[in-house]
This record gives sequence, C-alpha cells and structure tokens, in this order.
Amino acid sequence: MEKSKKPTPSQKAYQKIASKHEIKRPVGINCLKAFIIGGLVCTLGQLISNGYIYFFDFTDKTAGDPTVATLIFLACLFTGLGIYDKFGQFAGAGTAVPVTGFANAMASAAIEHRTEGFVLGVAANMFKLAGSVIVFGVFSAFIIAIIKTLLF
Amino acid sequence: MLEGKRTWTFESNPVIIGTGVIGGPFEKKGELVNHFDAFYDDLMCGENSFEQAQKVLLEDACKEAIKKANVTKEDIQFMFAGDLLNQITSTSFASRSLAIPFFGLFGACATSMEALALSAFIINAKGADYILAASSSHNAAVEKTFRYPTEYGAQKPPTSQWTATAAGAGVVCSSGVGPIITSATIGHVVDEGLKDPFNMGGAMAPAAVDTIKAHLEDLKLEPDYYDLILTGDLGKIGRAISLELFENENIAIKEELFQDAGLMLYKKEQPVQSGASGAGCSAAVTFGNIVNRINSGELNRVLVVATGALLSPITYQQHESIPCIAHAVSLEKQKGGN
Repeated sequence: MEKSKKPTPSQKAYQKIASKHEIKRPVGINCLKAFIIGGLVCTLGQLISNGYIYFFDFTDKTAGDPTVATLIFLACLFTGLGIYDKFGQFAGAGTAVPVTGFANAMASAAIEHRTEGFVLGVAANMFKLAGSVIVFGVFSAFIIAIIKTLLF
Repeated sequence: MLEGKRTWTFESNPVIIGTGVIGGPFEKKGELVNHFDAFYDDLMCGENSFEQAQKVLLEDACKEAIKKANVTKEDIQFMFAGDLLNQITSTSFASRSLAIPFFGLFGACATSMEALALSAFIINAKGADYILAASSSHNAAVEKTFRYPTEYGAQKPPTSQWTATAAGAGVVCSSGVGPIITSATIGHVVDEGLKDPFNMGGAMAPAAVDTIKAHLEDLKLEPDYYDLILTGDLGKIGRAISLELFENENIAIKEELFQDAGLMLYKKEQPVQSGASGAGCSAAVTFGNIVNRINSGELNRVLVVATGALLSPITYQQHESIPCIAHAVSLEKQKGGN
C-alpha cells in the first residue's frame, strides 16, 4: 500500500540536521514512570478488589467485575473533571495501559463529540480511539481460540 | 511592485491603523498579557462548542481592530482571514456576522501573514480603502481536528507544540498612524520529508529559512537591516534548526535578533513542550506585541515570517510527509515619527 518514497539527498541532509536538534523522548524515564504509576493503578485495583471481598459478599472470582467497574467509573470521573489528561501526560503508558486508559479513551471521545448530538456525535465517536482495541482484541482472541482448538 | 522573484514592495506604505488581539484562559497566564486587548476565562468563550468559541475569538479581535482603527465595519471593503479547522468554518461564521466581503484563506499557521501581505498589496494598488486581516486558532478545537480528544490522556513528546487559543486582527489603510507595511515575500511549499506531526517546528524550519533567504536576496538586504526577524511558530526545535541552516547558507543572522512567536507567548513554566503554535499565535504576537513595540519606538524594522504546516489528519495517517510554507511581511516604523 505504502509506496516507499526515498528521500532525496537534500532531504536526507536536512533530516540529519533536524534530528540533531530534535529533543528526544525521555524513553527511560517514561518507562520508569509508566512502571510505577501503572503498578500503583493495579495496586489500587487490588485494594478495591480486597475491599469488595472483605466488606461485601464477593469471592476471589466474582470481585473482578465490580473492581473493573469501579476503576472505569473513577477514570471517567477524572476524565470529566479534566484531570486525567494532565495525569496522562505525566504517567504515559502507566495510565494508558490499564483498564483506566480504555475508559478514558471512550469518555474523552464521548465528551468531545457531545456537540454533534447523541447519535452521530457521542455514540458514533465513542469508539473512535477504543474501537481499534476491541477489533484487535476480538481478532486475537479468535486466532488464539483456533490455535487452542487445533492443538489441544 | 514585484521585486526579484517573489517579493512585493509597497511604495505607498500601507499602514496598520488598528489591531485587536484576544486570548483564552491559558494565554491569560502567559508572558504577553499586556499585549492582549481581552481574554476569555472560559475555554468555551461562553459558547456551546470549541468551534463556536474560535468564531467568537475572531469576531472579537476583528471588532476590536475596527474600533481602534476608528472606523465602522461598513467602511471595511474586504476581509482576509482564516483558521486551522476543516473548511475554515469558524472564520466563515465570523465573517457572516461581520458582513464584510470576505476572502477565506488557508495557510495553516502562516495564514496571518498571508492575509496581511494580500491586504497590503490591495491597499497599495488602491483596490480598497480599508482591509481587515485576521486569523485565529483554538487549542481544543484544533486538538479535536488534528489529534486526540481534549481530555484524552495521551503523552505528548517534547517536540510537540501547544496550539494557542487566540485571535489577532489588523486594519490596513493607505494612510494613518501605525506601523507601515513595506514589503512581503510569498513562500513556496517546502517539504523535507519529515512526517512526525508532533514535530512541526522541525518540518517548518526549512520553509522559514527559504522565505527569509528569498526576501533578503530579492530586496538585496542584509539580515541586520531588521531589528528583529520574528518567525511564527517554529518553537525551540525549529528555531535551533533554522539557526544552523542560516549558518550553513552563510547568512549572518544574530541569534538574539532571530526570535520566535511560539517562544514568546507563554511563560517558561507553562507546560507547552517546544512552544506555542497555531494560526492565532503569530497573529496575536504580531498584531499585539510587535505592533505595540513598533509604535512605542522600541523596534524600527521587523520581518515577520509566519510558518504553516499544510498537513491534514488524513495525509498524516496515509504516511505523507508534511508540506510547509512561510510568508514574510516587513513592518517598519513610519518616518517622521507617529
């Protein structure tokens, strides 16, 4: 699909100069922050889960659903309050990878397109970012299921 | 009059007789607060959508410019304006309420100087008595169009720039009090093959250098003719690259006299990564800060070079590179004092 457009010599020369001045992404620090914040989000999830088991009538197996729902609720709330994006700038993948990132992707898109109405705005655009996660998630599950059926 | 390959000189000295600069809440915390006419404390500007908010910014800037020029909107024959959104609708809606004959422009962030150059040319050719030149941008509306939803928690790289929520407008007339427009150089599209939409400064720098070089060659000027060469908006990275390109081309531009609007608008501690950007940024800085400093006598000759990245969200997803453009307009203090 993509035609390989080779850069001309002058483009190459320029790109060399440009990359010299480019401020590189602090990958190491970003990874560390993502590791710590992501871990904290998961720890919070574990605390909530334990809370459901301890204070309510949930077991190890059934506490998962209300825990995820709680985290999604919190992520949506902080998205609506305009805090989540600032947190995301700091935490990067730390807030994007856990279920909170998925909730944020949907809630932010829903808020953003509210002005275009509920049907063509909110509903149609809610999955703008999150939709690809679902597509690839379902597709991978399908492939894995086939492999499992054939091999085991 | 055409001078050299692509520079117009304006022998009748069109004047910017009134300007209007309006900003949003984030700009109110910025560095150039004194050079704005008014701010909105609310990103929505009292409207129902970001797009309408951008329209209001532009309308207010235009009305302020008309008021300060001491004319009425019926006196203005034409308006040149644009913004960054699809089909420049905010500008069209603003022009609907202003009811001034309207040319809609799209030059991305270079729109401000594209508008000013065309206005000066028509005034110089006696095609009108008064022309309004304006452009605007709105942070959230532009994020929505080009990037992610405003509240989405994506991490921006240090090369990215912050789209200003601002609008700037100027009324150009054949005579009056204010900075005169002496020449304009029109840029061509330069594309060095950069593809990262989070590094606009890097993509736009060669366009700025190309236009500045053409301007100096066409008018046979040395860079030190100008007290200030202001680009808008290359940010930290684009400015650093431009300085190196000038050095390679043996164009002696002093570092302190080569400034960028994207680095002037906000305070250092504001989280804007590489600087400000947006069609409203160069317009607000030029029609605010620069015009005021020329009027006060602090600056005598300024070359404003507005740079635009002419990409769309679709071309970027189709792995196209970023075509860029830069237009230069020189502003000078009127001789004999104001």
